[in-house]
Amino acid sequence: MVVILGSPTAESAEIYARTVTEGDPSWVGPLAGIALKLPVYHILEPEIKSQFDQEIYNEQVGIMESVLDTDDLIEAVNKVRREQQ
Amino acid sequence: MDLKGKNVIIVGERDGVPGPAIETLVKSVGGTPALVQTQCFV
Repeated sequence: MVVILGSPTAESAEIYARTVTEGDPSWVGPLAGIALKLPVYHILEPEIKSQFDQEIYNEQVGIMESVLDTDDLIEAVNKVRREQQ
Repeated sequence: MDLKGKNVIIVGERDGVPGPAIETLVKSVGGTPALVQTQCFV
């Protein structure tokens, strides 16, 4: 089981990533205190992107990839994964 | 992380990449979407 995010900001990506790994950081939802420890990635990460046919990827994600802050998003999710190891 | 043969929870977002777009990609490489959501905060 793996989680893939399509969040537009680093802040929201980090909140989702933390929710599915160490539990809801805001402690208000049903996953508060529940550490699922699921591997989590953003759809823009090279490790995930490289698996797809480039034509399909550009058709589905291309426009958003060009306007979102890819580096910040990748770093936000990467940070959460690193902390889980 | 190879997605082929994996169950995948997809959490898309309206202002980012929507769930169905990610679902199409996951299916194209042999992954199985277990849950597909598109968050919307408008």
